[in-house]
Amino acid sequence: MCLAIPARIVELEGDNAVVDAMGNRWRAKTTLLPEAKLGTLVLIHAGFAISLVDEEEAQETWQLVAEINEAARGKRKVSD
Amino acid sequence: MLEKIYRAQKAMDSACKVLGRQINIMEVCGTHTVSIFRNGIRATLPKQLKLLSGPGCPVCVTDQGYIDTVLELAGRSDVVIATYGDMVRVPGKGGSLETMQPGRNVRVILSSEDALQLARDNPEKTVVFVAVGFETTAPATAVAVKEAADEGVENFCILSGHKLVVPAMRALICEKNDKIDAFLCPGHVSAIIGYGAFAEIVERFGRPCVVAGFEPLQIIEGLAEICRQLSNGKAELKSVYKAVVTEEGNITARQIMGEYFEAADGYWRGLGVIEQSTLKLKEQFSRFDALKRFGITDDEPVEDTSGCRCGEVLCGLIEPPECGLFGSNCSPETPIGPCMVSSEGACAAWFKYGRMKKNGQ
Repeated sequence: MCLAIPARIVELEGDNAVVDAMGNRWRAKTTLLPEAKLGTLVLIHAGFAISLVDEEEAQETWQLVAEINEAARGKRKVSD
Repeated sequence: MLEKIYRAQKAMDSACKVLGRQINIMEVCGTHTVSIFRNGIRATLPKQLKLLSGPGCPVCVTDQGYIDTVLELAGRSDVVIATYGDMVRVPGKGGSLETMQPGRNVRVILSSEDALQLARDNPEKTVVFVAVGFETTAPATAVAVKEAADEGVENFCILSGHKLVVPAMRALICEKNDKIDAFLCPGHVSAIIGYGAFAEIVERFGRPCVVAGFEPLQIIEGLAEICRQLSNGKAELKSVYKAVVTEEGNITARQIMGEYFEAADGYWRGLGVIEQSTLKLKEQFSRFDALKRFGITDDEPVEDTSGCRCGEVLCGLIEPPECGLFGSNCSPETPIGPCMVSSEGACAAWFKYGRMKKNGQ
């Protein structure tokens, strides 16, 4: 439940943001992370940006998510 | 990467040799539990290194009384329940949110903001937000309460089931399971509270606390760091999740949490009452407290009677297959205990990824 996903802020008005991760876009709030700016990479949890994150970390997580999605679609068998 | 794994394995082997006994490391985060199983990490560890899945899944540690209160409120025609998806299948008295109220008064939301929006959109109903989760999630609830108070959205309230991680770790060592040698600390809870929050566990109890992220290599490096500390006989506070977690965490989030909530004694499934371990709304915001609004009193905690051993699982005292219900009566399709309902529960992870081991295949 405490999983947060890295995403880039692509729109920002006040504390209302639109974020993008791997081409998926959704609304999020930056209330808890006032230092977040347009273009910043942040971790999103339950609709809120909770932390800044660097490019390398974001890429690693996105890659992991892509692998899990691929496995879930049955293209590749999961490790069990 | 291979070099890092090799160094990590060396550190683990060396700790096992130096200590000459079983080493018990507890992860206190459901997302770690899932990642450990999904990536087959257990199979790569030395035999003497045992991972225990602790009370790291908020759904799993939510007590039966809370679930029953949610179900009771869901039965009212003047109420809309707003809940994260994780909670809808948890069984309580006579059913779950999913079976009791198919789509009528129960809305699955992704954010506390969505719950507040439901209240704005349904002024004739009272929206009750099922506010569960650790410190990662609690600040978002505080923001929703703040906005409701600022805007005067009086038909919004929360049923706080928020819990704090460190008091549970303290209670585990003090009362339930003194065999825990160290903690692999949660990554995203720590993004809020900072790794400094675990200082007490290190200083007072001498248990290494290492924060790690969720990628397999992060977890392996976290375990290796713990093993290095155990070999040296010196517990330390450390984060290998440097890209995200700082010592002080997210100060804004901690401030808003402190502004709206205060710590209170509270009941955890499997661990009983833990001092100052739950968050309740401060007196000046009590009109947003569902318990007060509906005159619900905190009853004596309801103990599970179904033969479910989730409590022992959560304390790291047994592994899921040791429960008589595991895999026969209790499975992800027909869950009895919360550790099987939640995809981040230890039982669900064992069921999905760990059964080969049980059958000795």
